This record gives sequence, structure tokens and C-alpha cells, in this order.
Amino acid sequence: MSFYRDVTKKPWNTVGLPEGIEPRPAFNMPNEKVALIFFATCASVLFSLLVVSYFIRMTVGDWVPLATPSMLWVNTGVLALSSVCFHFAVIQSRKTGTVGFGSSAGILSLAGGLLAVAFIAGQYSVSAQLLAAGYGLRVNPANAFFYLLTGIHVIHLLGGLWVWGKAQLRLALGTDVKDARLSLELCAWYWHFLLVIWVVLFYLMAST
Amino acid sequence: MAYVPLADQDDAHAMHDPQSFVAKYIWSQDHKVIAIQYGAIAIFVGLIALGLSLLMRVQLGFPDTISWIDPAFYYQAVTMHGMIMVIYLLTALFLGGFGNYLIPLMCGTRDMVFPFLNMLSVWFYLVSVIILLASFFVPGGPTGAGWTLYAPQAISHGTPGSEYGILLMLISLAVFIIAFTMGGLNYVTTILQARTRGLTLMRLPLSIWGIFTATVLGLFAFPALLVSAIMMAFDLLLGTSFFMPAMMELGTQNEHEGGSPILFQHLFWFFGHPEVYIVALPAFGLVSDVISTHARKNIFGYRMMVWAIIAIGGLSFMVWAHHMYVSGMNPYFGFFFATTTLVIAIPTALKVYNWVLTLWQGNIRLNTPMLFAIGFIFTFVHGGLTGLFLGNVVIDVPLADTYFVVAHFHMVMGVSPVLVLFAALYHWYPKLTGRMFNETLGKVHFWCTFLGTYAIYLPMHYLGFLGVPRRYFEMGNTDFIPETAQVLNANISMAAFFVAAAQILFFINIFWSLRNGEKSGGNPWGATTLEWQTPDTPPKHGNWGDELPTVYRWAYDYSVPGMEKDFIPQNEPGEEYEKSAHHKGV
Repeated sequence: MSFYRDVTKKPWNTVGLPEGIEPRPAFNMPNEKVALIFFATCASVLFSLLVVSYFIRMTVGDWVPLATPSMLWVNTGVLALSSVCFHFAVIQSRKTGTVGFGSSAGILSLAGGLLAVAFIAGQYSVSAQLLAAGYGLRVNPANAFFYLLTGIHVIHLLGGLWVWGKAQLRLALGTDVKDARLSLELCAWYWHFLLVIWVVLFYLMAST
Repeated sequence: MAYVPLADQDDAHAMHDPQSFVAKYIWSQDHKVIAIQYGAIAIFVGLIALGLSLLMRVQLGFPDTISWIDPAFYYQAVTMHGMIMVIYLLTALFLGGFGNYLIPLMCGTRDMVFPFLNMLSVWFYLVSVIILLASFFVPGGPTGAGWTLYAPQAISHGTPGSEYGILLMLISLAVFIIAFTMGGLNYVTTILQARTRGLTLMRLPLSIWGIFTATVLGLFAFPALLVSAIMMAFDLLLGTSFFMPAMMELGTQNEHEGGSPILFQHLFWFFGHPEVYIVALPAFGLVSDVISTHARKNIFGYRMMVWAIIAIGGLSFMVWAHHMYVSGMNPYFGFFFATTTLVIAIPTALKVYNWVLTLWQGNIRLNTPMLFAIGFIFTFVHGGLTGLFLGNVVIDVPLADTYFVVAHFHMVMGVSPVLVLFAALYHWYPKLTGRMFNETLGKVHFWCTFLGTYAIYLPMHYLGFLGVPRRYFEMGNTDFIPETAQVLNANISMAAFFVAAAQILFFINIFWSLRNGEKSGGNPWGATTLEWQTPDTPPKHGNWGDELPTVYRWAYDYSVPGMEKDFIPQNEPGEEYEKSAHHKGV
């Protein structure tokens, strides 16, 4: 734990460069990844608070659980597949060293993003069906929480798709391939995170 | 992807000096310009909040003198004053302003690690301020729900601004949170990843530790506000019942059912209490550096200070419900939160002792920044002690809705951080502008502000003991309050007008000195930290000329025995481990 070692030092006693001439960042990874980890933690706090609110609101007597639409299982599968695509895209890019448009890594990452778009469309259609079936927001807090939780999750995914879109554009144009590769790694990481969040939310809504 | 050492990273952006006015000052990605943009917007909106407080004081001190101050306006003024001061002024100025200016300079980097995101952050902040101020011009005016925006009050018919005002407030907060998150990710990543060679975490000045910890708190606390804002907007616009219970509004049954107002309070204060420390921790850090520099002494107990900052940051997430003792919570719950509240006093007291011990036998220079810093110790101890009263359930219950609370939080989180802001603004003014300010005018400004704020807030404690209720537009039929309370209120208002007028001195000073101040040189205070060692003052784009500085020592080498100068800059080389050998002999 270099962080722990760092903050237990007695700085007033040492002069000079005891750790050598190279600057030493706290974490041995790209800055973007550090920022993403902080952002993911920040988003986890947001979702945890929503979950806590869900449980607190549930205790009030008017709560009528929402029957889980079976379409949600399909959507979950699509998101998981999207995450898997990104995972293998990263593995392929490491193995072959190339991420260009049309390479195996490129195709996998393109598929991953498109599957995420399909997931969003699926979530939208579930909401539309529920609304049409009379499960409006006003009718019951369980319904309202369904739209709230899925909506905020999708907004996070849209943020990821923005980065993914930019990376795809770079791959297609062949510019900044190094940056694009980092973007894809970050996408993979973020997709796994959002998959975990979605599984937690889905379990929460299906089990209560 | 492997880490790319700083030396090999592309610093084309940082070294490329934008020439056109627009690129340099408007769409700037330079952290120093962004800091000034943040600062200017924050101070501008803060002045509006100051104006609102004066209108409130007119009503309280001299009831019904201004005909258009009606109860609705009074509550709108209370709400906007509170929200602006806490979030749009203090949070933005400490983190957006000082954070942006000091982090790259103190860490020896050319800029933040994500300059474009940083630019977006300030523009989002401006948008949030514009949305907030727009609520003055919509039908119904701004929201008058109190700065805590409690449900169901905030969106019930009859509350001022319950249609458009509250909506604009919620949108503005959401945009502010986005702006803060973009800035915050920049601050933490820059501090963790981009420090220059030799600058280990424990060599960082306490300013950076304070800003770092506060940013982490902000990143984890603002989501609570965002969640409550989104859910409240749902209740308002879509008719859901997250927070809104079934109740009578203006004589008719509303359309909500089962919502939990207590849930809103929990969410709000889960953000609201860390928010106190989001403001306080940067203030602690900045004041430590100001005190150490002007006392010509190393900060007492540096490592303790760092750990205290981290401990306060951690504990601040465990005390939120002490704002809710009178909400009808389980007494055991109250006991738990009273205990954690008292525990947080330990690292806080430790910091106060360390500031005082830093002053002890120092070669104190009582210049303007130092006066403000010492003034802060007074007001902070004062506000902290009344916090011990209010942290205990049995004392809080009778005092909760009185002016005692107003006095307490203005002392501890109004006056104290503002005194640090002035200390810091005066302290870093020479670096920012290359000119000295007028010392005499600065001192007059300090004494007027310091004594004036005491004249405002000390009597408020007595009003609280008398049972004068807060949040009241006028006293009405409150027979138990003696008439002299009104005399006191009038005096408080006079003091408030005086303090507000005294702030003009500050603005005269900084604007006059821009052209007419004495040239300050690079390091007028003889300070050790990196920002005072830049090749140019004010620092140019890219900060450091051709080569980044190298740090050889911690940030507090003042009055080192056996040295000619009474300070050794962090980037001054020295024999390795010379000090440990030397110190053993002392």
C-alpha cells in the first residue's frame, strides 16, 4: 500500500529526492482511469441512496409491488452481452495490438455499443408498455421508482455511449488511435460497472 | 494501458499560449483564468446574497419600513440568501476559485489534467447561476421554502415560488452538481497523479490537503442532493409521491399520497452536513498556510493536521441527523448522532490547538492576511463551542428554532470561512496580480469586519436564549419576548449595514491596487510553497517556463536553525537527510 506508506511519513525529516528523480503518481494507471474510478464511486453513492430511499418509501402502506415484466430479462441479457463484447474487445486489442476499424477488437467494441443502444431501446419499450397498461407514475410509488431507477441508469449509459461514439469516430477516421484504445478500455470498465448496477437494481425491483 | 510518466506526456496544450482575447480570457482552459472566472462569478452572486440579507435585516430591525418587503418576499430572501451563500459562493469560491488557482501551482504542474473538462465546469457553473437568478423573474418569484427546501413545504401551493421558482432552483442545483463533478474529478486526479518530482503526498501544503479532502467529500455528498432534487422534481412535475404526503393545501385535498417528508430530510442532510466540511476543510487548509507563513514557523503537528482533515472528512458522513433532532426521530437515533457529533469535535479541536501552537513563540507579522487568519481562530472557536450545545439533543430541542442556531451557524460557517477567504485573497493577491494591496486599508477592513460581525452575531445568541423564533417575518403575538429584544434587533441590523458597507473598502483596495499597488515581486511574504517560486509573477500560461520544478523538502521549512534565511523554498536543493542529523542536535 504505497498510499498508506506515503501518508505515514515524517516529511520534516527528509530533504532531497529519497524516491528518485521520477515524479510518482499515487496510482500506476492513466489519469482518465483514476477519474473514472472516482466517478464510478460517486455514481455508486447516487444509486445506493436511491436504493435506500426505495426501502424507506416501501415501508409506507400504499406500496403495491410492480410485477416484473419478462422483457426485462431479455434486456438484462443484452446489456450483459454488450459488456462481454467490450471485455473481449479489450482482450483482443491487447493480444493483437491493433484496435483499428474492422479489426476484431474494433468490431467487438462496435457490437458492444450497438447492443447497449438495443438495451436502451428495450428499456424504453418496457416503460412504454407499462405506461400503456396503466402503471403510471402517479398510480403507485413502486411504479414511480421503476421509471426513476431505470431512467437514471440509462442516463449513465448514455454518458458512456458518448465516449464510445467519440472513440468509434476516431477509429473510423484513423486519428488518435492511442486515445481511442484508452477510451475503449475505459468503456469496458464502465460497462461492467453499469452492468453490476443494473443487476442490483433489477434484483431489487424483482424481489420486492 | 501503462502509465506514461509525466515527463513524457504531451504538454502541447499547456505550453501553447493562446493569443486572442477570446481564447485567453473567455474560452480559456488555463486553470488560473478559470479560477478567476469562478471567483468573479462567486463574488458577484455572493453580493446579491449579501443584499438580500440586508433587506431581511431592514425588516427585522425596523419592521415595515420598506413596503414591498412582505412575508413572501422575506422567505424568498431567506431561501436565496442561504442557498447562494453556502453553495454558489462558498463552495464555488473555495474549490472552483482557490482549488483551481492553487492546485496546479502548489503541485508544480502546468495545468489541471483535464483542462477542457475544467473549462466546461466553469461554464456549467455560470449556467447554474443564471438559472438560479432567473427565478427572480418568473411568475411567483424564487422559492421561499427555506434553504433546506423541505418537502412538503417547498412544493405546496401557497409557498412562494412553489411552481416555477422551486423548479428553477432544482434545475440550477442539478447543473451546479454537474459542474462541481467535472471540476472535482479534475482536482482529485491532478493532486493524486500529476504532482511534480519529489512532491510526495506528505510534502503537500495543507491547503492542498484541505481542498483534496473537501473535493472527495463533495463528490460523495452531492449525489444525495441530486437524488433529492430529482425526486422532488418528479413530485412537482409528474405528480409522484416520493416526498409528498396526502394533505390539505389551501383548503383542498392534494393529489399525493404516502410520500415521506422525513426521507427528504435524511437525503438533504446526508448532503447538507458534509457540505459544512466541504466549505470548512479548504478553509482549514488555507488558514494553516497563511498562519505558518506569517508566523515564520513550521505548522505545528503537520501529520496530525493531515490526519485530522481526513478524520473530519470521514466523520462528517456520520453526523447528518443532528440537524433533525426535532423531526420526531427515535431517541436512540438522536443519541447516536449526538455522540458522533461530539466525536468530530476532537479532530477539530486538535486543529485549533495546532494553529494556536503554531503562533506560539512565532515571529508573528500582524499584516492583513494574518489578522484575518487569527480572527478566524476566534470566530471558529466561538461557533464551534455553540455547536457543542446544539449537538446535544436535550439542549438542541428548546434552542432549535431560535436565533441561537442562526448565531451558531453564521459564526461557524458564515463568518469563519469568509474571514479565511479574505485572509487567502489578501495573501495570494500579490501572486495573482503582481502588486501589493494597501495594508492600512486592509487592516481597517479587517477590524470593521471582525468587530462588526461580532456585533451582529453575539447578541443573536441572547435573542436565542430569550426564545426569539427564527424564520419569522415579524414577531406578532409573542408576549414572552420582552420589548428590548426589538431594540437589540435594531442594533444588530445597524451592525449588519455597517459590516456590509465596510466591504466596499475591500473592493476599493483590490481594484485600486491593481494599477497603483507597489510591485510585489515573486515572493513578497518569504513563503516556501511552490506557487511563490514561479519564474513570472503573475505566473504565465504553463506556469513554470521550460522545466517543471523539483521539490526537495516539505512545505514548512520556516526559521530552520542554522540557516541564513528564515525560510527555505520547497524547490531549494539540500543535502539528503541533513536535517534529521541536525535536528537531533537541537
